[in-house]
Amino acid sequence: MSRLTALSASLLTALLATSGALAAEIPLDQRRSNNDFVSADTRAMQSDDTANPGMLAVLDGEAIWNAKGGGQSSKSCADCHGDAAVSMKGVAARYPAFSAVLNRPVDLEQRINLSRTSDQKAEAFAFESKELLALTVYVAHQSRGMPDAVEETAQTKPFIEAGRTLFERREGQLNLSCAQCHDENWGKKLSGSIIPQAEPTGYPIYRLEWQEVGSLQRRLRECMYAVRAQPFDYGAPELVDLELYLMWRARGLPMETPAVRP
Amino acid sequence: MARYNPSRRSVLQTAGALAGAGTFARISLRPALATPEMMQDAVRAAIGEAQVQKGKVKLDLPPLVENGNSVPCTVTVDSPMTANDHVKAIHIFNEKNPQPNVISVKLGPRAGKASFSTRIRLADTQNITAIAEMSDGSCWSDEVFVIVTLAACVEEPKP
Amino acid sequence: MIGRALTHVPASAKRGDIIEIKALISHIMETGYRVGITGQPIPRDIIEDFVCTYNGEEIFRAKFYPAIAANPFMSFFTVATESGTIAFSWTDQHGATQVQTAAITVE
Repeated sequence: MSRLTALSASLLTALLATSGALAAEIPLDQRRSNNDFVSADTRAMQSDDTANPGMLAVLDGEAIWNAKGGGQSSKSCADCHGDAAVSMKGVAARYPAFSAVLNRPVDLEQRINLSRTSDQKAEAFAFESKELLALTVYVAHQSRGMPDAVEETAQTKPFIEAGRTLFERREGQLNLSCAQCHDENWGKKLSGSIIPQAEPTGYPIYRLEWQEVGSLQRRLRECMYAVRAQPFDYGAPELVDLELYLMWRARGLPMETPAVRP
Repeated sequence: MARYNPSRRSVLQTAGALAGAGTFARISLRPALATPEMMQDAVRAAIGEAQVQKGKVKLDLPPLVENGNSVPCTVTVDSPMTANDHVKAIHIFNEKNPQPNVISVKLGPRAGKASFSTRIRLADTQNITAIAEMSDGSCWSDEVFVIVTLAACVEEPKP
Repeated sequence: MIGRALTHVPASAKRGDIIEIKALISHIMETGYRVGITGQPIPRDIIEDFVCTYNGEEIFRAKFYPAIAANPFMSFFTVATESGTIAFSWTDQHGATQVQTAAITVE
């Protein structure tokens, strides 16, 4: 092989290997929690467990954890899983995770519903229902402070890539991609608010705009609506792929559930 | 801070001009907002005919709020809080929400410190006023101008 | 419907200390001005009264209006006078009341 061919071959290989490089990904050491981009008052609200309304949902979730599932098995989560502070520690930090049952990644809400239906023999909670949010925030809260541990494995890699494609794809009447705001313009202002990097380490969050706790899927749908795209339905595989990509993108950052965001 | 007080007429004229020019105007089914006159009525209803002086009261609000749904608000009044000299009540009023009252707090010497914090809703950029009633019948106030910007994106109602 | 409450009272204090008390309650605080899917205003539903007592004696009272944010939060102060119970009560416009208590040891 001539030197020129070898040089261009190695350059080509390098470019192909870093498939995301063209989209100006945030360097790992520059990633910062969304918490860094909110006002000091909002940060104070998050860090005070008596002022953080998300903690009320954590208490609701604890009650559901200990209550009988209402299904045929009449077991509570606690009956099998015991103290959530022990059994659920670190779990949310690994989600979305691959489900052997569904042969694809699922997010924490879906995983909880899988347990409800197959183990508790109870009805699944509706997406964005008060019960599902409370239980999810309670489980995710047990990982607060731990680093986001979503990894790329042979199983999850194609789904992470699918999520990345969605993240970088322009959509909607406004023809904007997530990456344009959150990779390329984070830290700058949009209509008086600072654009965060979109690291979802605090979900489910208490959002001031909602005046209640909500899921990452809700937030993603609202962002899609904002660029005038038809939002994916709750539970759609595209949303889970996107959640997976975002949580992988945030790997290493500390979990904050329940976060408080504007 | 200087009091910013656009008349309702000038605000409506500007809004009309913008709508006419074809600029994107967010049409909201908002109820009629309170007026400064309604606020004065609410103040009188709370403290009667007592004269309100500026001073002793510190109203803490962020000058630019992140989200009008939840604005942290702290009032602190300079007072020894003794049996003979204390703050009896603190009231907060607004000018542009649909209703002029925000909160009325009753205190006494047992408070030790005449201060409280809460979170309030602000429907628009406006002046907020805090009035403290003292045990000797005098009333003191502070006023803050707050700019309210909504979240940058237009959200769909929760399904 | 009044939901859960989270309160914070220092577990112990020295007599005469001024202590900070915090109280958070789960409630939608529906203003009565929001318009629902039908185009009709959603009826007002708010907590109107918040009272805090210290061994039965009222130390703080607040009247909430719709301008108080959802999930009302209050923080205020009181002088630690004696050991006992600090009680919180929230009453909504329908008259329903929620109560929570916290113990304090004063040396």
